[in-house]
Amino acid sequence: MKKAIVFKNIKKTYGTFEAVKGINLSIEQGEFFGLLGPNGAGKSTLINMLAGIVKPTSGTIKAMGFDVEKQYQESRHSLGIVPQELVFDPFFNVREMLRFQAGYFGKGKENYDWIDEVLEKLDLHDKASTNMRKLSGGMKRRALIAQALAHRPPIIVLDEPTAGVDVELRQRLWEFMKELNSQGHTIVLTTHYLEEAENLCGRIAMVNHGKLVALDNTKKLIRNNSSKNLNIKIDKKDKGKILKTLKGFDVLIEDEMLTITLEKIDELNSIITLLKKNKVNFFDIQTTEPDLEKVFLQITKND
Amino acid sequence: MINWKIQLKGTWTLLKKELLRFWRVVFQTVAAPVITGILYLLIFSHVLDSRTEVYEGVPYSAFLIPGLIMMSLLQNAFANSSSSLVQSKVMGNIVFILLTPLTYIQFFIAFLIASIVRGLFVGLAIYLLAIIYIDLPLMHPWFIVSFSILGGALLGTFGILAGIWADRFDQMAAFQNFVIMPLSFLSGVFYSIHSLPPVWQSISKFNPFFYMIDGFRYGFFGQSDISPYISMGIVLTFFIILASLSIRLLKTGYKLRG
Repeated sequence: MKKAIVFKNIKKTYGTFEAVKGINLSIEQGEFFGLLGPNGAGKSTLINMLAGIVKPTSGTIKAMGFDVEKQYQESRHSLGIVPQELVFDPFFNVREMLRFQAGYFGKGKENYDWIDEVLEKLDLHDKASTNMRKLSGGMKRRALIAQALAHRPPIIVLDEPTAGVDVELRQRLWEFMKELNSQGHTIVLTTHYLEEAENLCGRIAMVNHGKLVALDNTKKLIRNNSSKNLNIKIDKKDKGKILKTLKGFDVLIEDEMLTITLEKIDELNSIITLLKKNKVNFFDIQTTEPDLEKVFLQITKND
Repeated sequence: MINWKIQLKGTWTLLKKELLRFWRVVFQTVAAPVITGILYLLIFSHVLDSRTEVYEGVPYSAFLIPGLIMMSLLQNAFANSSSSLVQSKVMGNIVFILLTPLTYIQFFIAFLIASIVRGLFVGLAIYLLAIIYIDLPLMHPWFIVSFSILGGALLGTFGILAGIWADRFDQMAAFQNFVIMPLSFLSGVFYSIHSLPPVWQSISKFNPFFYMIDGFRYGFFGQSDISPYISMGIVLTFFIILASLSIRLLKTGYKLRG
């Protein structure tokens, strides 16, 4: 089966600034894929190159097997891209915009039912005849997402689609994306809400300073790159004793909270034994699970 | 390969969007220039009708009408493509077109036809209002039709080029005020170039607007400053040059794609 998206040795330079420094990345059909990175990391440049809005300095990009430069018509047919900027055309209403957008892809009346379904799923049906200018920010964002879906593309790329969007729409949008994903659509997502990426994406790539710094199955990425924390409530007076007892461990004491980063879960027993042996009083014990946010911070900090 | 039906549907959609765009603000895009054209006609014909005769047996007001129609047609054809492009660039919604599989040729054709249509609307409206009270012959209707379509096409293309080049509204306003306005006013709308001193006659011959207006006027009166066939050839040459340039820029994505 053809890959949904392939970036091969992609570089993009603006003058002397290298925005993307030779990225290789493949996304399979049917994946729910997360592209993460701090601001200015090169995520949007990658998406814009995929969309054909920005030309790569070198390398090739394919969407559903079609080269985005040499076979741009075919590749764009397979892509539905939600741009990051909240842009709109002030001359038309929501339904007109969606019909135009589908029409550019050669879709006519046979596609109107699908447009109505998109309007319904994104809770835009009440606003279908409202001029784009008169929509609130959140509604404009929904219309922008609907526009990307209007021609029913097999690959949907969402560049920070939930920025400035209320919780209800976020939930609704993700339900819809999961549904589309289950129907076989490939979904690529960039977001600053890492919890969303952790819950939705099967695989994640992290980009920093124009380079790919991590690429793995989401669960593995978290497991391999972050450690469990052991949090113990202590008596502040014991701080000196604790630091002496736990020499060699990664320890942090803030007020009455002792936090120890565990390299391995087996360390838990020896820590408790050592604390008891040295008569350190403790009042509560918890372990905290690693999450994508920690992994993200760790990876981007180390890079 | 994308099949021709899909390509045709795509081009038609963009054309329809461009036509609706100006139709939604028809008071600004059609009614306003028609009123301006009619006001020019009323004032100039009132002041000069009894004093000036440019062509033998043709009253000045009748002489003026084709010039005013063509000037308005050209200015509005230019305004249509240029303002649509610069607005889309400034507002960022050009991205909706850039993300589609539309080719640079489809893009060019849709913007071009929309410009011609708006120009024709304005020109036809001025014509219909003017002939209510001024007699105007129609000697060679095909010259009238061809010069109006070709003129609209040339200025529509000029508008596409200006729209690609301009990044801000003030740049576009400068283009309109310092290029389009002088070229249209100094083109023989209000006079025959034979009434000008020899130096200005020579300078006028470098102005493509002059050939469009002179050839167009021939269609009404059967008289012109130079042969309408030469004018047609010159206008066509200008169109081919500008169309090639704008297609080239659209193909390379100049100022549209990064």
